[in-house]
Amino acid sequence: MSTLAEYAISALLLFGGAFTLIGAIGLARLPDFYTRLHGPTKATTVGVGSIMLSSVIYFSAIGEKIGISEILITVFLLMTAPVSANMLAKAAMHIGVQTTKDTKGKPWEQ
Amino acid sequence: MFDRLSFPQPWLSLILFLTWQILSDGLSGGSIALGLFLAWLIPQITHGFWPERPAFVKTWRMPAYILRVLMDIVVASFSVAWLILSPRPPRPAFVCYPLKLEHPLAISILASTISLTPGTVSADVSDDNKTLLIHALDATDDQEVIDAIYNRYEKPLMEMFQ
Repeated sequence: MSTLAEYAISALLLFGGAFTLIGAIGLARLPDFYTRLHGPTKATTVGVGSIMLSSVIYFSAIGEKIGISEILITVFLLMTAPVSANMLAKAAMHIGVQTTKDTKGKPWEQ
Repeated sequence: MFDRLSFPQPWLSLILFLTWQILSDGLSGGSIALGLFLAWLIPQITHGFWPERPAFVKTWRMPAYILRVLMDIVVASFSVAWLILSPRPPRPAFVCYPLKLEHPLAISILASTISLTPGTVSADVSDDNKTLLIHALDATDDQEVIDAIYNRYEKPLMEMFQ
């Protein structure tokens, strides 16, 4: 494996790890349920994306195969993350989860 | 009876078949047989859930749209990360977004895009498909959020689906 590939893999792993960590910190730090939805759907998308990318580079660099399956995993993740966020938000609205006081606007009833 | 043996959505079946070949290690008799079976079974099961196909979709505009969304995911992830780490509390807001798109598939693509791009999660669609309820993590001005979504995502989608 070339040195360049090694650097690229390490950088992507660190970057992805940092973003996933920030997403987790967001889960703990943000004030209410709805704001906490943002952490996992966003920061982790980029985090997992770059970890997958480093995996693609690794397997291509050691010449085993080109990692199409990793790209597919990322695509599936991108397709399912919004659905789960939407389901969580709907469920929260249904049982009337309290929002923080400084939230503008209200979830509607229907 | 022969309805059951057809492929109601040929493109979906083709995508499922190809995806299965890529996921399994190399082409083999087994993977082709199972791929064909899944390509037949999944569209049959999910047939009832699919919205009607729009009359005309300009699919060639899709790659540009996907690229833009990917770029936005990366750029805006930094702003959400910064917001999480900064000591200032976020200013969350519920925004009612007036939908101009009419087709259910287009609306679900827009809703997914809104959820994926950091700072906004789409929470619900009104029963008449006219309004989308969005939760914004850090919004000072509702109109700003609405304009940004309209110009960046809904306009290209409207061009695609009309």
